[in-house]
Amino acid sequence: MVKIDAKGTYYRDLNKKVREAVEKGEKEIVLENVNGQYYIGDGLRAKVSITVEGVPGNDLAAFMDGPTIRIKSNAQDNISNTMNSGKVIIEGHAGDVLGYGMRGGKLHIRGNVGYRVGIHMKGDKRQGPTIIVGGNAGDFFGEYMAGGLLILLGLEGDGPIVGDYLGTGMHGGTIFVRGEVDGNMCGAEVGVMEPDEDDMKVLKDALADYCADLGLKLEDVMAKGFKKLVPVSARPYGNLYAY
Amino acid sequence: MFRSLAPPEYLATIDRVKCIRCKRCIQNCGWGVYSWGGDKVLIDTFKCVKCLRCYHYCPEEAIEIKDNPTRFKQNAYWGYNNIRNIKKQAETGGIPLTGMGSDLPYTILFDNLLIDACQVTNPSIDPLREPMELRTYLGKKPSSVKIEKGKDGKLKLAEPAPPQIKLEVPIIFSPMSYGSISLNAQKVLATAARECGIVMNTGEGGLHEDLVPYRKNIIVQVASGRFGVNPDYLNAGVAVEIKIGQGAKPGIGGHLPGEKIPLEVAKTRMIPVGTDALSPAPQHDIYSIEDLRQLIYAIKEATNYKPVSVKIAAVHNVAAIASGIVRAGADIVYLDGFRGGTGAAPSIIRDHLGIPIEHALAAVDDRLRQEGIRNEASIIAAGGIRSSADVAKAIALGADAVGIGTAALITMGCTTCGKCYTGNCSWGITTQRPELTARLDPEVYAERLINLIHAWTHELKEILGALGINSIESLRGNRERLRGVGLDSFTLDILGVKPAGR
Repeated sequence: MVKIDAKGTYYRDLNKKVREAVEKGEKEIVLENVNGQYYIGDGLRAKVSITVEGVPGNDLAAFMDGPTIRIKSNAQDNISNTMNSGKVIIEGHAGDVLGYGMRGGKLHIRGNVGYRVGIHMKGDKRQGPTIIVGGNAGDFFGEYMAGGLLILLGLEGDGPIVGDYLGTGMHGGTIFVRGEVDGNMCGAEVGVMEPDEDDMKVLKDALADYCADLGLKLEDVMAKGFKKLVPVSARPYGNLYAY
Repeated sequence: MFRSLAPPEYLATIDRVKCIRCKRCIQNCGWGVYSWGGDKVLIDTFKCVKCLRCYHYCPEEAIEIKDNPTRFKQNAYWGYNNIRNIKKQAETGGIPLTGMGSDLPYTILFDNLLIDACQVTNPSIDPLREPMELRTYLGKKPSSVKIEKGKDGKLKLAEPAPPQIKLEVPIIFSPMSYGSISLNAQKVLATAARECGIVMNTGEGGLHEDLVPYRKNIIVQVASGRFGVNPDYLNAGVAVEIKIGQGAKPGIGGHLPGEKIPLEVAKTRMIPVGTDALSPAPQHDIYSIEDLRQLIYAIKEATNYKPVSVKIAAVHNVAAIASGIVRAGADIVYLDGFRGGTGAAPSIIRDHLGIPIEHALAAVDDRLRQEGIRNEASIIAAGGIRSSADVAKAIALGADAVGIGTAALITMGCTTCGKCYTGNCSWGITTQRPELTARLDPEVYAERLINLIHAWTHELKEILGALGINSIESLRGNRERLRGVGLDSFTLDILGVKPAGR
């Protein structure tokens, strides 16, 4: 294990140190005193585990391919932007536009998230991304969703746990929301249904991993029912054009 | 009962005496105009788009495609397309789509600009017998360089120069994605780019594995849909382009119809087969110049600092926006003008939003010079470049290079019929139907595109020779060598060009 002190370090220098450590074959890196540095793990391709102490800046794990990053506090915007594989675990809250165009890997957030989380996620038979949010989410959750798995738990929420325009423009993938879903909050392209047995297995597998990462009890999380959200049409705008 | 109150645009006709019933027209038409009626070829002229595929493949020259003489009453105010679109909208409630750049008769500034030539006082140059330099480097140019003596005693740069893209001719192939055009059409572009020492741009549909061998002649694009973007992709080409907008449809997103998403396209884009590929109107991680900077550097971090281009549509405030793009760290600003092509755009957007490339280019070049940052980024001008004269005029207005899309497709058989969005292109260009794409043999058609670039190269050299200069660098931003004809003083002022005769 190697420790890198990020105090007062420019992001470019910090990332260079991380890449050098990875090239040396380090399997465990701890970044101490991180304070808003952008692009941690950006484009990084390796099987390495990185622990972030302090609050990292935007675009953490952008285009990342393989590493596991654990953030022991809150995180900011654009985490896992177009990420290809690997895992990001956030023990606190996180900001807006998480997992934009995400193609694979996992993003586990313990707390709340902001607007437009999980937008335009992709996926196919080869790979697909998973985002699990423990707290509440803002508007446009899962917008333009084209693939992958998006799970919203609202573990602390008494009231509505998700904002408006849930899944608007959705044309692929699956969203699970713990508790009830107000149909008025959903985009027109979304159908709300009860999960079947296969769905529950998918959920349980995903959540078991999430709970193990964040020290939660799976039974507690599964104690409440889920709703499944899927696109009603593969071509939501097929009739929009005259010729 | 009538089929539609919008009469067919074209009449496909067959000379029944000449016709030998070989059925080649039926095979060749991607639109289903022709069918076999047992003893003769039947014609559904409503479906005809005048792409001329049948005409060229009829061995007896029996086919003629006419503009339908039965049109709405001629009216100087209510144009044919106004009436036609209203009728279509009344029938469907939908938005009329279109392909290609706008064909409306707005003033074409390129056609009101003329290039200078040498007479008596300054010798012209004969490019066939004297060296003529068209080579162009795209990228950030340092405002100063430090030189030091190396260990071997030779002088060298003290700091590494910013990365550059080398072009043998100041022309690139504009972004056209796999999905909007066929893989064979992309192979034509890639083959010609390699042969001509220039680059093609993948567009936003990802990079098919067949194109990987051409990586030294490819710019990869990252757009709002993030299709096919992974670390391999970002590092696959010589540069990465962030697409913010497109001249044919400024401010709106992309929408590749499900008909054009078969398995291979779906795999490359990583979306379900047969869904519409949606590109959001904005990139939702970019709401400001600061956010743009964030994505530019996210890409630079992921690619060990490859050049990053930012493509925008030419809009009213383009000069200030371009200044912001340069300050955000872009190495190249790609300006796409009002006439720029598209595979699919609502015609109301294509025909009424944005500004022409000539105005935008002049305004951006001016602004970057005034701010002292013109060297910080190269400018690519695109959106309706039709000939080498347009290339020369664009370069004189301030472009480092131009992008051509439509012109390249025309070498592949395109007749600008404008129906790219249907996925039925009989020439195999803007379709994914295997029986149609198989027609476009990449080797055969690459030869034609290479010919075009070579022809334009010769013409550009002739123009430079007439101007008495032997390097394209001397024409760059050299508006003194342009004159305006029939342009008002405001326009001349924006273009920074004198009227002819002065």
